[in-house]
Amino acid sequence: MKIDRRCFLSLGIGAAAGITLSPLPWKITDDLSIWTQNWPWTPVPPDGKTINKKSACQLCPGGCGIAVRRIDKRVVKIEGLKGHPVNDGGLCTLGLSAAQLLYSPFRIQAPVKKVNGKWRKISWDDALATITTKMTELREEGKAHTVAGIIGGERGTVSMLWQRLFKAYGSPNLMRNTSMEDAYSLVLQKTQGNRVLPGFDFENADFVLSFGSGLIDGWGSPVRMFRALGDMKNRQAKFVQVEPRLSNTAAKADQWLPIIPGTEALLALGLIHVILSESLYQVRFVEQHCEGFDNFKKMVLETYPPEQVAKATGIKVETIKELGREFARAKNPLAVCGRGQGLTPGSFQETAAVHVLNALTGNLGEKGGVLAMPAGPEYEEWPEVEPDDVAAEALQQKRLDGAGGDEFPDAGDLPTRLAQVINTGKGDGIQLLFISGANPVYTLPDTKAVQKALAAIPFKVSFATHMDESAEMADLILPNHCFLERYEDVPVAAGLTSPIVNLAVPVVKPMYNTKHVGDSIIAIAQALGDEIADAFSWENYKTCLKETLGDEKWEKLTEEGYWVDEEFKPVPWKEGFKSAATKFIFPDPARLNHPPVSASGDAKQFPLTLIACDSMRLAGGAVGSPPFLIKITPDSVLLKEDLVVEINPATAADLGLKEGAQAVLATPKGSGRVRVHLDHGIRPGLVAMARGLGHGAHDKYLAGKGLNTNAFIGPVDDPDSGYDAAWGISASLAKA
Amino acid sequence: MKQEQEKPKKFGMVIDLDKCTGCGACMVACMAENNVPFKENETNKLDSITWMRVYKLTNNKPFPMTEVCYLPRPCQHCEGLHTGHSPCVSVCPATATDYDMETGIVSQIYTRCFGCRYCMGACPYHARYFNWWDPVWPEGMEKMLSPNVSPRMRGVVEKCSFCFHRYQAAKDKAFYKETRAIAEDDYQTACTQACPAGAITFGDLDNKDHAVYKKKQDPNAFRLLERLGTNTKVYYLSRKEWVRKAGDNYLPGEGLQKPRRIHE
Repeated sequence: MKIDRRCFLSLGIGAAAGITLSPLPWKITDDLSIWTQNWPWTPVPPDGKTINKKSACQLCPGGCGIAVRRIDKRVVKIEGLKGHPVNDGGLCTLGLSAAQLLYSPFRIQAPVKKVNGKWRKISWDDALATITTKMTELREEGKAHTVAGIIGGERGTVSMLWQRLFKAYGSPNLMRNTSMEDAYSLVLQKTQGNRVLPGFDFENADFVLSFGSGLIDGWGSPVRMFRALGDMKNRQAKFVQVEPRLSNTAAKADQWLPIIPGTEALLALGLIHVILSESLYQVRFVEQHCEGFDNFKKMVLETYPPEQVAKATGIKVETIKELGREFARAKNPLAVCGRGQGLTPGSFQETAAVHVLNALTGNLGEKGGVLAMPAGPEYEEWPEVEPDDVAAEALQQKRLDGAGGDEFPDAGDLPTRLAQVINTGKGDGIQLLFISGANPVYTLPDTKAVQKALAAIPFKVSFATHMDESAEMADLILPNHCFLERYEDVPVAAGLTSPIVNLAVPVVKPMYNTKHVGDSIIAIAQALGDEIADAFSWENYKTCLKETLGDEKWEKLTEEGYWVDEEFKPVPWKEGFKSAATKFIFPDPARLNHPPVSASGDAKQFPLTLIACDSMRLAGGAVGSPPFLIKITPDSVLLKEDLVVEINPATAADLGLKEGAQAVLATPKGSGRVRVHLDHGIRPGLVAMARGLGHGAHDKYLAGKGLNTNAFIGPVDDPDSGYDAAWGISASLAKA
Repeated sequence: MKQEQEKPKKFGMVIDLDKCTGCGACMVACMAENNVPFKENETNKLDSITWMRVYKLTNNKPFPMTEVCYLPRPCQHCEGLHTGHSPCVSVCPATATDYDMETGIVSQIYTRCFGCRYCMGACPYHARYFNWWDPVWPEGMEKMLSPNVSPRMRGVVEKCSFCFHRYQAAKDKAFYKETRAIAEDDYQTACTQACPAGAITFGDLDNKDHAVYKKKQDPNAFRLLERLGTNTKVYYLSRKEWVRKAGDNYLPGEGLQKPRRIHE
């Protein structure tokens, strides 16, 4: 048969019609759609019994209660604990992502020792024995004081155990991380007579003046601050933010005063000038409850007239005068300081000036004012440690960081000075360093110097939960349980107005071969024997914790998760102060009458100023951001692997930089490639850089992204206290 | 026993932008609640799946008159001018997305979706996201997946569901307790609960006893792109006029228009 054109076409059309009418195309489409969605590797989460557990968050000092939702043995969600006095159901981004830290592949799963640069698993007995042998050797050589420690916090039983171990063993070199609380505490001691912590009664204030504090960027207890500021909006209380950059806090303020960075102390003194010269202060307070007022007044009136302050701060004379009047005339005014999240203590001058501003309006101990808070609720006392002769002698040695020494007699801890001391070869070198609840390699300023200093220490022991930068540099790691797996008391200060302690409980059994750091300390002490062992008579950390809290608190804590000291009452100024004269002592004028701490660096080579900025979307401290936080980081902060710095369009025009352009950022401490983002909400001449990026360790979601602010900004010792008072550094930005 | 038809509900949100701090807690709470995956690089925000996304608005004025406002954007659950006439529902060829008359929630059925992405084109709010890749959780982290929400596969569209599984759980609870009616507290979305500033309120927009009923009538309330007639169920509050104006496309010189109130 001959196939002609007509036949070919009819056959073709016939076949097409036939296939279309048959079930074949439909079957294929159906199968295809099923097949395309049939991916066996898409997980199907197993169902199970829902269990809710109460615990406490330990990722920042904020002290939130958490409600952990479990499906059988799996933690699926962490939420804020309803009814908790701090956060009442709310929770921050980091707390909400905490399950990602529990299940992180970067958990340290067993004790490990570094052998030829590689990690090798060892047994717990071997790990503890390595430490005790080393410690015993050093003690026998009379070098007990060369054992040092860097720990996360001052309060709570774990920190108390560390202090006890160092005292019994005989080393003065236990350092804890410092924050604005340290600067405040010192000012309270100097003015009011006791080294307490500040409480800020935002809930009752009707005028809040913040000197750069990121009140909703993670300052104090973050969730409490969110709630307090939301409530202030309802009450129509006024809120003024003094900050060089339009941070989230400044954006939410009723008034934003873009000050020249580093001159906040001058503005506070200028406001004091207005209040003094116009006699707007609380007369009874000044006349009956103060000492040194006249000298102080004389100094301020002579040195800080608004006209001069305006020149230095970049804020108009009229604005300063109005602000001073408005502040003094408000019923319950409140001024606070501590830049950003308050991670850097700040200068004595600044904190003292802000505190005096509060004092003059008569708000100390009053509703809506600054309260003197105890460092946590009272615990059952431990028997006093009696250091043996070796320890007693070693404790006479001076601290390596200079705290409490001739130069800085007022400081408690100065970890930011450690790198400098070690690198310049002063003092006896540290032979053994403990790192617990801290990540100094990431969080201490001037990363390069810190790395160099740590490299010079022959033996470093880390108690980290995750493989962070400091753990990577260690020689031995004794991994702690993740905070969701362990018991721990969490006394909260963070500017709250009543003493609160939370209890963290294990919401899941420890997943790996880890050990509670409290148990590790007790084991080390007991192995050291004699008087040291006697000071640690507890069977384990849990019994220690239970005994320390006492039955009544323990019961309440295990049931509700928190305990509030209902009996605490702030002492109003009318009832006097704790100083020897029971009066408020105005700070020595000489300590306030000097130019503020300046940014270091040559102005010609580095014409710009770099400042670090904190945000709730990135964890800037010892804990690295989990993947959820990196996901919500805006592309104006992180673009692919590049850190994005913020500059004013005017600055960008001067430098010839366009939005998204690549540039090289350099400071006296370091340099790196960045991209630029133009934003009107920043003072011209400044470069803002987000804190919390540039991790070298952790998982692939975090490591290698952006740059670490601490690698660019070095510490500046406050001449008065020794605390780190750096607020920025001079910098240059050039087209790449 | 007298059988009564339950009154249909209209779940919606009122978000106070004056209180929103842009912290992002709502975004994280949403991701943790709904098994939203994450990739190694999430800086391309066009393919970064965020059912709830917080936008940064600015008044575009030079320093120092600059102002900033944050705007959280969940799915707006459009009702359209006729009930159920949402932009996405109207175009879906697979009936993978539907308007629920009982709750007013726009659903998304992943197994029905075949990934044509018409709905993404139709949605004026960029509330819908496409799974360009399979979700991958790092080893061990699948442990934190919730069994209440199914993880999605490559090739489907997903979006905010107003935590519909929580509504189902609340209904089950009400049935078990024989109360029938769901209390306001029993059904709240994850973002509402997580917001530390208390900026988000969630409830039945038609129920006089719910907080949202009163709040949506605030003179400063507005909705996004209201003039499109999408008739959304997410209201925003702001005292600042430039923020209210940013909610819609205004011509230069055009004054702020009083919103049409379709829900009353």
